Amino acid sequence: MAYFIVRRMMIVLLTLWVASIIIFAMLQIIPGDPAQLMLGINATDDAVAALREQLGLNAPLFERYINWMSGMLIGDFGYSYTYGTAVGNLIAERITVSLPLALIALALSTLIAIPVGIFTASRRGTATDTSAMAITQIGIAIPNFWFAILLVYVFAITLRLVPAGGFPGWETGLWPALKSLLLPAIALALPQAAILSRVTRSALLETMAEDYIRTARAKGLPARRVLWHHALRNAFIPVLTILGLQFAFLLAGTIIIENVFYLPGLGRLIFQSIQRLDLMVVQSVVVLLVASVIFINFLVDLAYAWADPRLRRQG
Amino acid sequence: MSEHVNNTETEGWRTFRKNALRNRNFLIGICLTGFVLAIALISFIWTPFDTTKLVISDRLNAPDLTHLLGTDHFGRDILSMVMVGARNSIAVALLAVGIGIAIGVPLGCWGAAKRGFIDEILMRSSDIIFAFPALLSAVMITAIFGPSATNAIIAIGIFNIPVFARVARGAALTIWSREYILAARASGKGAVRITREHILPNITNILVVQGTIQFSLGILAEAGLSYVGLGTQPPDVSWGRMLNEAQTMMAIAPHMAIIPGIAIIVTVLGLNLLGDGLRDLLDPRLRRER
Amino acid sequence: MTIRPIILGGLAAILFSSSALAARMDLTIGMVLEPPGLDPTAEAAAAVDEVVYANVFEGLTRIGPEGAVKPALAKNWTISDDGLTYTFELREGAKFHDGTSFDASDVVFSLDRARAEDSTNAQKALFSAIEKVEATGDTTVVVTLSEPSGAFLYNMGWGDAVIVAPESADTNKENPVGTGPFKLDNWQRGSAITLTRNADYWGDQAKLDTVTFRFIPDPAAATAALLAGDVQAFPNLPAPEAIAQFEADPRFTVVIGSTEGETILSTNNKKPPFDDVNVRRAMAHAIDRQAIIDGAMFGLGTPIGTHFAPHNPAYVELSETYEFNPEKAKALLAEAGFEGGIKATLKLPPPSYARRGGEIIASQLRDVGIDLEIIPLEWGQWLEQVFKGKDFDLTIVSHTEPNDIDIYARDDYYFQYENPDFKALIDKLNVTADEEERFALYRQAQQIITDDAVNVYLFQLAKNGVWDAKLNGLWENSPVQANDVTGVSWSE
Repeated sequence: MAYFIVRRMMIVLLTLWVASIIIFAMLQIIPGDPAQLMLGINATDDAVAALREQLGLNAPLFERYINWMSGMLIGDFGYSYTYGTAVGNLIAERITVSLPLALIALALSTLIAIPVGIFTASRRGTATDTSAMAITQIGIAIPNFWFAILLVYVFAITLRLVPAGGFPGWETGLWPALKSLLLPAIALALPQAAILSRVTRSALLETMAEDYIRTARAKGLPARRVLWHHALRNAFIPVLTILGLQFAFLLAGTIIIENVFYLPGLGRLIFQSIQRLDLMVVQSVVVLLVASVIFINFLVDLAYAWADPRLRRQG
Repeated sequence: MSEHVNNTETEGWRTFRKNALRNRNFLIGICLTGFVLAIALISFIWTPFDTTKLVISDRLNAPDLTHLLGTDHFGRDILSMVMVGARNSIAVALLAVGIGIAIGVPLGCWGAAKRGFIDEILMRSSDIIFAFPALLSAVMITAIFGPSATNAIIAIGIFNIPVFARVARGAALTIWSREYILAARASGKGAVRITREHILPNITNILVVQGTIQFSLGILAEAGLSYVGLGTQPPDVSWGRMLNEAQTMMAIAPHMAIIPGIAIIVTVLGLNLLGDGLRDLLDPRLRRER
Repeated sequence: MTIRPIILGGLAAILFSSSALAARMDLTIGMVLEPPGLDPTAEAAAAVDEVVYANVFEGLTRIGPEGAVKPALAKNWTISDDGLTYTFELREGAKFHDGTSFDASDVVFSLDRARAEDSTNAQKALFSAIEKVEATGDTTVVVTLSEPSGAFLYNMGWGDAVIVAPESADTNKENPVGTGPFKLDNWQRGSAITLTRNADYWGDQAKLDTVTFRFIPDPAAATAALLAGDVQAFPNLPAPEAIAQFEADPRFTVVIGSTEGETILSTNNKKPPFDDVNVRRAMAHAIDRQAIIDGAMFGLGTPIGTHFAPHNPAYVELSETYEFNPEKAKALLAEAGFEGGIKATLKLPPPSYARRGGEIIASQLRDVGIDLEIIPLEWGQWLEQVFKGKDFDLTIVSHTEPNDIDIYARDDYYFQYENPDFKALIDKLNVTADEEERFALYRQAQQIITDDAVNVYLFQLAKNGVWDAKLNGLWENSPVQANDVTGVSWSE
């Protein structure tokens, strides 16, 4: 197991390093001059040149990559051209929106999906099962941003129950902050819940078909009891895997939703920074997101290996 | 020999058809997908109105008898736009799947045939691509090369490559371990020939199923990208763009947002059901059991 | 079962407690763009001024809501007969937000810094007439000009000319320290900037305790935020399509003012076939301005025929010079030798006036045989390709700087118009102080660029102000880019 972990860790680091080069290289070819953008269309050429020098944009490519990477290693994410502050601060500020949003969405999706999955699995083939599965099919097909628009229209504009968007900040209190994350979280969670409940259902049905479950049934244990005590535990691994993947997806996939609700999260930060050519911010946030996806995949791999020792040797 | 093959093929087709007619997912899926495809094809020869013609004086009409689904802020007929949008959405998603298959499948087969170092490199590269959340990279790609339908196709297509590479590799690996492959190798057939004659025909089913799923994901991705303004560009019409334009007019013309959304849902739903149905019908595991 | 009502009651209390306050002392203003920093002397972005102008930073003079020059940190001033020496009498007792006092040395520092060789001030031209700045006492500053400048006092009222302190000048970008009635409280990046009242302000105290500027670039989100009450004012709502709805709603006041933004179909005057005046005139005839205003701006906007704001006293009404007449346009194109049609590109920056307007223009020009390929660009790319690189055929942009017809005299400006007569005219204008003469020159200038059909002049961008009907004191027009909240208050 130790060998497996070390080997996987090496791969994780290698992947991260290659990803960082790709990101850095991609951003170098984005057209546009950040200095000109910051100073606007009536700025004099001298002012633009002075700012370029000040921003360190004239250093050679390789040097800038090394500076950026070595900074990252000691936790220094560089300096934002346009915000005039450390990128680390920006990320710390934005993650207090994106992370809770992703967590709430994940919690919502789990809270909806697991019961639905269990319920439908235990009533396989009934009309309830069929109609619930039909609903999940539609849920998967709904684009979350379209759902978000409808939610805003109904709950914020027409009924005025929750804000249409924006984030008041955690310092205004738990409830106002949570309230403004509610609609975006629902919009994000619904399609995920649809997927997750299907996974839960089929994982349960698959375990129910395993020999030991059949044995338990044969021993005369009631079906419900077998479901709750035996099948559920074993169906958890695939469900956890999907949860891990969904979390990574949610954290990064909030880009569109954060824009619909104008939440000051990481996704919107990337969008704005690309528009403003604030490459330092884009680089660092993208690397951070990519790193978190890689890390979560790593954890999922570990969970798999833990569950199925055969995989450890393959790596 | 050839007659024998023909016989099994017809028989396989007959079983398929018999099962297909009993598979509800497949039936609903093929009807919805067929409907959308038909609409897209009809739009090439006929739409109720010309979508390139802006009639500002007719703008924001609610659905009525002239404009069955109403008009947008430029006075264009929304039914016509949904029809034209169907073909753009389908074209983008289909080409993106095409890129994925054209590059991913050969890579996956290559990895499965060679194993070892090349396989490792291929799988690690696909890990790296997978580590980039799809939408994020699409945003970066379009930021660099400019927003356009072509770049949306490339952005979505790049993410289909590792998907197909992995599916093809996984399926190919199980086939490589079969005895008749050993026999073929023993008779001196090269890896390319074995892949062409034995591997590819046997993994087609699984690729078709995966292709259907990626197609539906492609429709959603195109809609998302166009919605944030990075996909299809005016004057071309796509469902995502229609939603983008409709959003601000939700309060005065909700039909502008609701209709393209429903079009997306119907298409994606149809493709997902079709994919599920095809999996039930074509899944190699089930077939082996038979 | 008894627990539930208690929880619900508690929730209700939390929900409604904030709206139960009697007299409101806070205001949330919506803005489209977030400023990159908060130092108006180092950054050109209009968003900087829209947050800090008059609220946080003050200059010697300031521009009032009607566009007139008013005293600010300078109580009053005298101008020598030759128009070269300005003596400013400064406000006593004014303090910067960090507690340091304001005096003549700060003025000298600020003006010298702005016009210095290595200055990154984006509007260095404002200070080009200054020869020297001297403090002749704690509260007296003498500015000597190298030549008379009719606009000097107006220039000193720009956001780029505000007075900063030497101690805080370098950190104003993040932590602005000015002399205004509000100071920075908190900047939640990507979302909002909050200002609080400066209790030590030298003049009349502001009527609000806190003002929050919330940044909502998306038109739909902006509309939704206003409707939901998350923001109580949007001085320039980016969603003209929603204005009718707000007008019908008694909870809101809608004030359609004018901006300084001339929205034009900018044309590359050196790139064939657009170097041919007949082609440019043909385009002017082919475009139906009213259809663009209706279709892209939902009826909000004034058609213009030249690069000048209609509310300016020197404006000349030229919008009918090239009346909408596709047949005439085709004839002109044929005359210029383009019967076969023209293929060109139309590069569009992000705002909806450009993106929507572009679609309509492309459709209208197609009708006369000009086939445009639309290329949408982010601002960064637009600046790089169009503004700096001059790599474009046509683009749509709103020139929001006030009184900027002189850009047509600039060498190598992006639309590449070159006319020695026009340049001579602007040179003359720059040294003319008499208002009547200046107006006459402005009128001539407008006529020249319209005759040359340099660009197609579309419409003056409206300022779509929407705010809570109980708010008083917001500006109706925007003679400068500002959201002056110093006089804003809630009724009741």
